[in-house]
Amino acid sequence: MNYLPNISFAIALIIGIGFFVMNVLKLVRNIKLGKEVDRSDRKIERWKNMARIALGQSKMVSRPIAGFLHIVVYVGFIVINIEVLEIIIDGLFGTHRIFQPFLGNSIYGFLIGTFEILAFLVLVAVILFWLRRNFVQLKRFMSKEMKGWPKNDGNLILYFEIVLMSLFILMNATDYSFQEAGFGNPISQFVAPWFSEYPLETLSSIEHIAWWAHIIGILIFLNYLYYSKHLHILLAFPNTFYANLQPKGQFNNLSSVTKEVRMMMDPDADPYAMPEEGAEEEVPEKFGASDVTDLNWVQLLNAYTCTECGRCTSSCPANMTGKELSPRAIMMKTRDRLEEVGRNIDSNKGTFKDDGKQLLNDYITPEELWACTSCNACVEECPIDIDPLSIIMDMRRYLVMEQSAAPQELNMMMTNIENNGAPWQYNQQDRLNWKDE
Amino acid sequence: MNVPTMAEMLSQGKEPEVLFWVGAAGSYDDRAKKITRAFVKLLHKANVDFAVLGTEESSTGDAAKRAGNEFLFQMQAISNIEILNSYNVKTIVCTDPHSFNTLKNEYPELGGNYEVYHHTQYIKKLVEQGRLEIKKSLKGKQVTYHDPCYLGRGNGVYESPRDIIRKLGVNLKEMKQHKNRALCCGAGGAQMFKDAEKGDKEINILRTEQALETNAKIIATGCPYCNTMMTDGVKFHEKESQIIVKDIAELIAEADNL
Repeated sequence: MNYLPNISFAIALIIGIGFFVMNVLKLVRNIKLGKEVDRSDRKIERWKNMARIALGQSKMVSRPIAGFLHIVVYVGFIVINIEVLEIIIDGLFGTHRIFQPFLGNSIYGFLIGTFEILAFLVLVAVILFWLRRNFVQLKRFMSKEMKGWPKNDGNLILYFEIVLMSLFILMNATDYSFQEAGFGNPISQFVAPWFSEYPLETLSSIEHIAWWAHIIGILIFLNYLYYSKHLHILLAFPNTFYANLQPKGQFNNLSSVTKEVRMMMDPDADPYAMPEEGAEEEVPEKFGASDVTDLNWVQLLNAYTCTECGRCTSSCPANMTGKELSPRAIMMKTRDRLEEVGRNIDSNKGTFKDDGKQLLNDYITPEELWACTSCNACVEECPIDIDPLSIIMDMRRYLVMEQSAAPQELNMMMTNIENNGAPWQYNQQDRLNWKDE
Repeated sequence: MNVPTMAEMLSQGKEPEVLFWVGAAGSYDDRAKKITRAFVKLLHKANVDFAVLGTEESSTGDAAKRAGNEFLFQMQAISNIEILNSYNVKTIVCTDPHSFNTLKNEYPELGGNYEVYHHTQYIKKLVEQGRLEIKKSLKGKQVTYHDPCYLGRGNGVYESPRDIIRKLGVNLKEMKQHKNRALCCGAGGAQMFKDAEKGDKEINILRTEQALETNAKIIATGCPYCNTMMTDGVKFHEKESQIIVKDIAELIAEADNL
């Protein structure tokens, strides 16, 4: 017996999955470069969020056209993947449609028939997505951060899906005995006649090639994820699980600042106190974020999860009125910088070597950060609970507390708060004058 | 008008049922002061036993925090909390969603735990308790409501303001972007205190256009900063004779000729 195909298949599978696992480990390492933030509370709510938002796609449908097409592709993707199980078993053991005898023709036919219909629907949806992305002048696909690689990346993913779905249908259409049996082929039966003139051997070769191309294509696609914006198909789940559960208006209080403020305001504190003998000199914590390693791991997970749909940017008041700020670009730049830091670590034997760059200025400019109204529209819009606003705020904190680099008018506002307890230059003693006016 | 302070209350050995946190805009800004006074009239009308901090009130630190100055915010917060706790304050009502959000969400971790209401929530409560009646003086009048970000998206309060506006008998016309999808007025995140970055339009002008599209006669809102921004937007479009900007508290007070 010739085991060559089985062995080749096993090798392809091991390489494909092995390479993917390697990249996932790298991804996890990069995310862990972020600071600690506790999201271990309120587990039940978190599971519910994940079930509703990631699994249930509840936020997708707020834009009905994209939402509906996306659900078609999503359901198709998940359900058709059941077939991959059979493909893997067939590939490893040299069997052909191993589930057929187990399940019986009617159940097996029903399953494969469902897969075929879904594959067809996915094909239609993906073609519509492609037309939409390239020919309908949707503003959010035309913005400047979508030029070059991000645009090609988006299209490439759609081409992948077109090819994979076509191969699946082609593989069934050229399976002579499957077509002869006449069950579970609601779509491929219309494709089969295209090949009716071909001799059986040719047909069988085409089927083999389609079968192989399909599974190799899946493995390539799996590995493409890490390099693309498409990681959301996996990361949407942890991302919605670990999302912020507090009211959106609430911004975190920096505990490092609380410590210092309490000390400053403590009348019993000795300002000349020497550190205790033997106590280690504490390195003062950096306030706010100027690079990705100053952000927390959930913010970094957000960056990898973003699929660049641009709903955030299209609802951002600053972006709508022509300002530089784009919440999507904030996420894309954060990821770009994080990957750069990751590559730096890879090429320097596991430690980061200063490259003279940081997220602030080299990627995200103060102009973008200062244009934000903190209105939370971007956070509300994100179909998978990404929070660009928290990154903007952390970077503002760095600008103000580490660099005193706020716009002049804001410095005046802050001086007024310090001196008069109000953002304007009014005397605090006049605060109640309104009652007699 | 009769507005007792917490200090006066304390000297009489009294604790009011609620502290009215006036906020900087409500205390100093000429337009916002009208909102403050309208709300006080409603409190009087409903016989609410309230007080203000008066000259002891200081900035909540919200604007400083949104500008990135966490130090200044926490200094403000901690000293405010000291004062609030010294008066044993339990319940606070604000006419400014920014103060509301900060006091409600950001103070507890620093030691300030209060039951905090936005004035639209508080008015609704007074109506439900039968302490305040809203007159149907604006029957059929077309009114649109602008959601303040820190009340709406920030804290999920969409219905209380709408409920009490409807009680005026108005014909509530929603803008195309409303509730959780409402467009910001452009003042949040400390933008109120600086010029906008370079762009092709001001945010308040865009938002006002959305309000004008509804053909409403009144833009109702619940935030002194939104009020300023929308008023400026109306002026920019030279529509002052067609549409006016009012706080919900003002509409309700005027309905009763207060």
